[in-house]
Amino acid sequence: MSRLAIRVVDLSKQYNIGLERQKNRTLREAIVDAVTGPLRRTAKLLRGQATGAAELDATHWALRNVSFDVPHGEVVGFIGRNGAGKSTLLKILSQITEPTLGFVEIRGRVGSLLEVGTGFHQELTGRENVYLNGAILGMTKREIDRKFDEIVAFAEIDKFLDTPVKHYSSGMYVRLAFSVAAHLEPEILLVDEVLSVGDVTFQKKCLGKMNEVSRSGRTVLFVSHNMATIENLCSRTIVLEDGKIVFIGPSKDAVKFYLESTFEREQPAERGLANKNRWANPEHRKHRSPEDVVSYTRIEFKNPEGETIPFVRSGQPLVIRLHYCVRKAITRPSFGVGISTEHGTLVSYVSTWLCSVEIPVLRCGDGFIDLCIDYVNLMPGRYFLSVMVGGTGPIFYDSIDRCAALIVEETDFYRSGRMLNRNRSIMLLPCHWEPFGSTEENGGPAQKVQNAEQEGLIHL
Amino acid sequence: MNYGEMHTDPAPADQAFMNPPDIHQTKALPTLRIERSQGWVSLGLGELWRYRELLYFFIWRDIKVRYKQTILGGAWAIIQPLATMLIFSIFFGRLARVPSDSVPYPIFALAGLVPWNFFSNGVTQSSTSLVAGSNLVKKVYFPRLALPVSRVLSGVVDFLLAFAMLIALMPHYHIRATSHVVWLPFFLLLALTTSLGVSIWFSAMHVQFRDVQYAVPFLVQFWFFATPIAYPSSMLSQPWRTVYGINPMVGVVEGFRWTLLGTDTAPGPITLVSFLVSIALLIGGTFYFRRLERTFADIV
Repeated sequence: MSRLAIRVVDLSKQYNIGLERQKNRTLREAIVDAVTGPLRRTAKLLRGQATGAAELDATHWALRNVSFDVPHGEVVGFIGRNGAGKSTLLKILSQITEPTLGFVEIRGRVGSLLEVGTGFHQELTGRENVYLNGAILGMTKREIDRKFDEIVAFAEIDKFLDTPVKHYSSGMYVRLAFSVAAHLEPEILLVDEVLSVGDVTFQKKCLGKMNEVSRSGRTVLFVSHNMATIENLCSRTIVLEDGKIVFIGPSKDAVKFYLESTFEREQPAERGLANKNRWANPEHRKHRSPEDVVSYTRIEFKNPEGETIPFVRSGQPLVIRLHYCVRKAITRPSFGVGISTEHGTLVSYVSTWLCSVEIPVLRCGDGFIDLCIDYVNLMPGRYFLSVMVGGTGPIFYDSIDRCAALIVEETDFYRSGRMLNRNRSIMLLPCHWEPFGSTEENGGPAQKVQNAEQEGLIHL
Repeated sequence: MNYGEMHTDPAPADQAFMNPPDIHQTKALPTLRIERSQGWVSLGLGELWRYRELLYFFIWRDIKVRYKQTILGGAWAIIQPLATMLIFSIFFGRLARVPSDSVPYPIFALAGLVPWNFFSNGVTQSSTSLVAGSNLVKKVYFPRLALPVSRVLSGVVDFLLAFAMLIALMPHYHIRATSHVVWLPFFLLLALTTSLGVSIWFSAMHVQFRDVQYAVPFLVQFWFFATPIAYPSSMLSQPWRTVYGINPMVGVVEGFRWTLLGTDTAPGPITLVSFLVSIALLIGGTFYFRRLERTFADIV
């Protein structure tokens, strides 16, 4: 007998989508459309060009010839940009929508977690919603009865169990919803990005839960945008792009492939931002000297080997190369680079003057200067660079705000294998801990003992 | 790498994950094939039966939620037909002197209103059920029939309350039930199949044509006057009376009055026509629903 849990063969899904029709710009046009619309729509129905009242004239392939197998017990990740077809795929696998072509064979009971809290009713109490939501997710009443206490304990809402959920804080609501979902016990579990719920502590709890699920021998299909989660939970990952599979392989390779392909795409746009809006537009050049003495022409991100890189991973070295053009010789210039977050907080500013790097003379011509960063200790995310060049004293030759985007990707900066919390901070700290310090003679409160209970240090 | 060892409090829930179903032991896991369904599909009643617990929870939810945050609560189920009865008695009974098959007009009207309210509430509530539950339809799999069916069935509670009031009022008008009462379940069933049939049609249609939500209240009003509630069907002469039975609610209302009030509307051709139409509506509606069901998640 086959050990496959899921076999997907040539799966395609076509959606009808609305064609962009001319928008009603004026009230008159809106009224005219309200009058002629019914006739147009009725005519379409009669001619058999439409099946419903919504005017969906264009078609779009959300999935195109997707084939893959999943053996029993494997945890497979799915990554891809928004609209790549990940959610459509999970919807077909969970029988919510039918494929247009191709087929899927599934062995075992499927449970899907496409969204937590589906079917929660605002007016019902927490207790009642556990039963309702459980039933909706496919649990029997007996199963829910059996797991009820666990569900409530996990959600940490026992005090509010008999309060209608409309009075819950959003955090409590989400905790309860996830908790119900986490207690599904199907052979095959489909999960779509449900871990991004609740506060940080609860997210960690959810991740812990997912980690256990993935090691419990169940088949799991997991969609996420969090690369670190994917790398850690999934043994194999499938990269989707425009409804097609572009990569299947070990998660590490898949993530690398995905990140690189994404940045190849995004990079032109970034350059566009840099070139069109910032470089050429004199408005953004705040202090440009009228004679155009020195001006920046381009920024490049490189690794120490000199290769241009689309993004940098935190903890890795980075070389920022600033190209400039000198039209009139000057003495003792100072080059400066500022790095700010997307929200505009200045993270750091360095200049040759600050670092007392002396450049006695700058002659006419094109040149570049490298800013070498030993390792980037920025949290993953997007940062903007501002550059300036000045002379001695308050003289600015050129200064451009937010002229290039630096993309920092996640790595295991602290070598612990644990998740960074993206929202909490900007910087990663180059540091280490010395935990066993003491002011007492015979060792401090912190002990290096492995089994505290056995050695009688803690009485349970 | 291990997130599990992080600050995760060891909740008892972890046990559930530690002991998954032993999937390697399962020899004959059922294989499910998902592909595009072609043409007409089966009614899928077996599946609906397998999901009966969900159906039960939906009904339970609807009943629980219906009168939440109201003062009068379930009393509304009684007040509505009672108030209508009073108004009808004044305008149709007293002022217009509409005949009432030789029973007092108030009880005559009420015996029609009780099954009618069940029907009209059921139809208005369930015709929008799929769109109202679009969140569910798009995110979870279950037989979609459960949504309109549960809405209709949850109205049974209201019906029973109103029905009890009808029974309680009968002695006041010196009406005693006759042996015809044994036929009552049949007419209850007829009211149920009619409500289900119409609801299933409308709810499926509503997904594609939002016109339904505007048409239904209007249609129900129209339907009300095409049903002998405020007046007796004896005002019509044969063969129109039998044709009249095409509206299955005619059979229901006539039957109610015959079994409870002992009017002269014994089951006859009207009842047969009503019965056949009702069954046809239900079966046809279910097929129609099942045929469209596959598109619901995409267009709802």
